[in-house]
Amino acid sequence: MLLAVTINEGPYQHQASDSAYLFCRAALEKGHEIRRVFFYNDGVNNASSLTEPPLDDRNIVNRWSKLAADHKIDLVVCVAAALRRGIRDENLAAGFRISGLGQLVEAGIEADRLVTFGD
Amino acid sequence: MSEGTIKKFMFVNRKAPYGTVYALEALEVVLITAAFDQDVSLVFMDDGVFQLKKGQQTKGIENKNFSPTYRALDGYDIEKLYVEEEALATRGLSEDDLLVDVTVMSRADLGKLMEGQDVVLTF
Repeated sequence: MLLAVTINEGPYQHQASDSAYLFCRAALEKGHEIRRVFFYNDGVNNASSLTEPPLDDRNIVNRWSKLAADHKIDLVVCVAAALRRGIRDENLAAGFRISGLGQLVEAGIEADRLVTFGD
Repeated sequence: MSEGTIKKFMFVNRKAPYGTVYALEALEVVLITAAFDQDVSLVFMDDGVFQLKKGQQTKGIENKNFSPTYRALDGYDIEKLYVEEEALATRGLSEDDLLVDVTVMSRADLGKLMEGQDVVLTF
């Protein structure tokens, strides 16, 4: 199945990004394809390269970068939501790109299922 | 690739208009989805029904009053607005308190409507 995912909450504060990550990994293991993960609302904070959690904790941002590189997943951050929250190209983590909400709509149209992780 | 494909997108609004950014940012997705010529419908349930309340005054909280946008949805061919009957009743509201024309529907009927959607986005 062709899947797309959207994440609407920031890392660490909320479980949305953790759950989405575990869901993506499980889906990929089952042989599904994840074309795009779209970050909206506070979800854009998952893309900040300035994120520096304590060393004994998971690094949510790097984890997304690695998953995207390993499985060719398009990580898209909404430009309007990102600018509101100080996420720009200068502090964008590897594997993410900033684009418009059209990318979310397109993912909804093209994927068999669009799965939302939010509050 | 997606040229010509029309899917049913439903936006479920569950939060009060101010206090969190969900309502405002949901509207932004709604407008873009309509621009993609998709079949768009909006549901207002739980505290989300307050988003459509007439006479919103936001000066005191120094937030932008974006409620006029709901009246402009018509111009984007977004005409399917559904409001949860129980949510209105619980909050002492009636259809007359709302700033746009809506279809008031029971929670159970909304559930059936959701079943028929291709994409459901909740804010």
